[in-house]
Amino acid sequence: MTLDTVKNAEQTPDSAQPWAELGLKEDEYTRIREILGRRPTGAELAMYSVMWSEHCSYKSSKVHLKQFGEKKPSAGTAGADAMLVGIGENAGVVDVGQGYAVTFKVESHNHPSYIEPYQGAATGIGGIVRDILAMGARPVAVMDPLRFGAADHPDTRRVLPGIVAGIGGYGNCLGLPNIGGEVVFDPCYQGNPLVNALCVGVMKHEDIHLAQASGAGNKVILYGARTGGDGIGGVSVLASETFDATGPAKRPAVQVGDPFQEKLLIECTLEIFAEKLVKGIQDLGGAGLSCATSELASAGSGGMRIELDTVPLRDNTLSPEEILMSESQERMCAIVEPGKVDRFLEICEKWDVIATVIGEVTDGERLEIFWHGELVVDVPPRTVAHEGPTYQRPYARPSWQDALQADAPSASRLARPADGDALKADLLKVVGSPNQASKAWITDQYDRYVLGNTVLSSPEDSGMIRIDEETNLGVSVATDGNGRYTKLDPYTGAQLALAEAYRNVAAGGAKPLAVSDCLNFGSPEDPDVMWQFAEATRGLADACLVLGTPVTGGNVSLYNQTGETAIHPTPVVAVLGVIDDVTRRTPIGFAEPGQLIYLLGDTTDELGGSAWSQVVHDHLGGLPPKVDLERERLLGEILIAASRDGMIDAAHDLSDGGLGMALVESCLKGGVGARVVVPEGLDPFVFLFSESAGRAVVAVPRSEEVRFNDMCGARGLPVARIGVVDGESLDVQGQFSVSLAELKDAHTGVIEALLA
Amino acid sequence: MTTRVGVVTFPGSLDDRDAQRAVRLAGAEPVALWHRDKDLHQIDAVVLPGGFSYGDYLRCGAISRFSPVMETIIEQAKLGMPVLGICNGFQVLCESHLLPGALTRNDSLHFICRDQKLRIENAETAWTRDYSAGQEIVVPLKNGEGRFVADQHVLDELEAEGRVVARYVDLNPNGSYRDIAGITNAAGNVVGLMPHPEHAVEPLTGPTTEGLGFFTSVLKQLVNA
Repeated sequence: MTLDTVKNAEQTPDSAQPWAELGLKEDEYTRIREILGRRPTGAELAMYSVMWSEHCSYKSSKVHLKQFGEKKPSAGTAGADAMLVGIGENAGVVDVGQGYAVTFKVESHNHPSYIEPYQGAATGIGGIVRDILAMGARPVAVMDPLRFGAADHPDTRRVLPGIVAGIGGYGNCLGLPNIGGEVVFDPCYQGNPLVNALCVGVMKHEDIHLAQASGAGNKVILYGARTGGDGIGGVSVLASETFDATGPAKRPAVQVGDPFQEKLLIECTLEIFAEKLVKGIQDLGGAGLSCATSELASAGSGGMRIELDTVPLRDNTLSPEEILMSESQERMCAIVEPGKVDRFLEICEKWDVIATVIGEVTDGERLEIFWHGELVVDVPPRTVAHEGPTYQRPYARPSWQDALQADAPSASRLARPADGDALKADLLKVVGSPNQASKAWITDQYDRYVLGNTVLSSPEDSGMIRIDEETNLGVSVATDGNGRYTKLDPYTGAQLALAEAYRNVAAGGAKPLAVSDCLNFGSPEDPDVMWQFAEATRGLADACLVLGTPVTGGNVSLYNQTGETAIHPTPVVAVLGVIDDVTRRTPIGFAEPGQLIYLLGDTTDELGGSAWSQVVHDHLGGLPPKVDLERERLLGEILIAASRDGMIDAAHDLSDGGLGMALVESCLKGGVGARVVVPEGLDPFVFLFSESAGRAVVAVPRSEEVRFNDMCGARGLPVARIGVVDGESLDVQGQFSVSLAELKDAHTGVIEALLA
Repeated sequence: MTTRVGVVTFPGSLDDRDAQRAVRLAGAEPVALWHRDKDLHQIDAVVLPGGFSYGDYLRCGAISRFSPVMETIIEQAKLGMPVLGICNGFQVLCESHLLPGALTRNDSLHFICRDQKLRIENAETAWTRDYSAGQEIVVPLKNGEGRFVADQHVLDELEAEGRVVARYVDLNPNGSYRDIAGITNAAGNVVGLMPHPEHAVEPLTGPTTEGLGFFTSVLKQLVNA
């Protein structure tokens, strides 16, 4: 095959090009020709095709995402004041005090993980960890929100163990504690499991690095793994299209990970940062070198010149196009002043990391890429990286939405348990359902202890990490999302996801500061899906404004659908919080007999989208619980103050499964039972199974009861004393009693039994 | 003079900082050792930490054994210097033939992380003097290849000589022969342990603080020596 140089492209304007196979639309190809004033070379076409993919360019979503900037909380709110770096960089950065900055982000690796579960999930961790590293931070923890098809479906047995082993295999080998996440089963994810991955990193303010290339003459250094033929077109043909039955095998589009190489890359890069050797840095993830070179050049001043044939390869037969598109893992790209190159290479040698000067920053305005001296790419970098197409996709409220909302789970529609025995039976069904059962079989395959700073981890409400051993400063993160709620009402569902994550962080005792989101949806070409997306982003942006927690970054994953069937709209929201003294954290477990159990917040008959309606009746209809963000904020403030001042010894947020599930989890975690009374005027079924938002259950030492009550009364938070921590059973007085042994039996062993 | 306890960092070591913290909390001075450096920098004892040294793609610990730092450590171990290998460190000690047997894939075929109950069987080694024989402790366990195996006669010999240092209690998490969690050499200065005492040294982050005894034991041993 002859090399398609820029000169060749000028001379052969009419050569047919495979733009459609590369995932481009005809008008996009036409636009590329307009930008360049000629047809693109093969290498240029490769770059545009991956960078203009849905995954990289956010072309369908960005008109909606801009709300996160427009509705940003104003100065004066804690979250806004803490923002150091916002949307647009590899990850957002938040000030957490004492000179520390924390960066965090949640991302998707959905499509690859369905095709090749182990490597897909493993490289999902690898990618998010490099994003965090590229900001200048030491990665300190990971979390994995996961969603699978029905737990008893045969394909779940293929997908789940592979994904869990991939997360463990990669994360454990990097030495990063896995401190939480979610595992959700629903038939809607059958052909489209969601594998989201979150990483948290810590640095000092002065260590923040950005992805930009400036200063003519500065060197471009590619370091880390050699480039191979894996992951070619991962972002375009894989992540930006719907799965269908007839397409070609997509396995070669999945990358293959080497966590050992990534561990070396982390330590090597942190040593390079410590000696202040880099001007700008970018990791190589989706779209590989195409992305790194064009984004670095686009964000900096000047142009860039790359000698592509100097890139170290695993396979010497790779073409320039393939090298530019490869998504081989464990690679980084740094901009280094000439005088610092030798020291940079020395540190790489110490860590056995291959590093190569592949080009330099120029004073021009073009990104020029050469292959053995011949010019194969000559483009304005902004047109590749930041000025891709933007679509105003049509959207409309689905015709079925009204009927779905009208099908409310009223007492006449879904039979409710009539007596104590029936309540107990339904509770045991919920406790033993795959979504509510213990996830220990999964989380026990992850190392939660490494680094020695894990204060809280799964199954706690949030994961919490100490970041300073002297002062006990710490951060906590929770991720939440409920596709069932969001299907019923995307605006409210997205707000509920935020509210729950916010509440989970506060329940542990940390103050919520900032948000990262992973927006998992079906095909943007379907107006129904696009409406869900528009509503969910509007809801989330509005709620972030009220709660004062800005969105610092995240990721959009579209085309999560097989054929005509889209997944439930699933915005996964991560909230980061800060806690001045981690020794004041509050766990979920009831451990001290005699302590008083209080229910905080209002409980009303809200069963739409609930765990009970799913488990007992396989029903989805009605409206999700109402959201009251001011109430969430107040509840959060009370929980944080009560933690700090020692007024509570346990706190658990109420969400799916309601109070019944929360009590079971707190009893099982702490190993002590509870005796509770249904408050007057409340139906026992609603008391136990309603999923009204803005609620938590806490254990109050008797010596603190007056102080706690006074605080809640003065702040106007409704609270009810519902019982006492005691005994070896959960006793709902006048209704039923169930032993902890029976609850434990129902709650554990469920996942492994289904997968065996 | 403060006791100096080295902690080796191989490429792919993960629990090296944790081991250093445990050494510090026990009252000794942690000394970072680099795999390429043969010099042990005047240390009095050494910990080989957990992790996946050199990626462990071949056989766990098989490559570390040949690293420059191990050359000196093997020499010194034979002369009586206390050596504790935790998890990957235990694997390295077996590969180095400082300890008998081998660590193979867990019988469940899964990586497992749990709070594990152990019984200290031998409280006479350099690393277990602060325990009493028969004492039960809970420390984290986390491994994918932690199943201790050896020939019957080796196992019999270990038992007869009291060289089983710790055994799993209540549940054998990985299928180790005779529930063995840790062993020692004949002299009692080299100990290999699959669970992680360095993760049980602070009430805030560990399930207990019952792992600290391994690090305080070696201090006393050295002070008394």
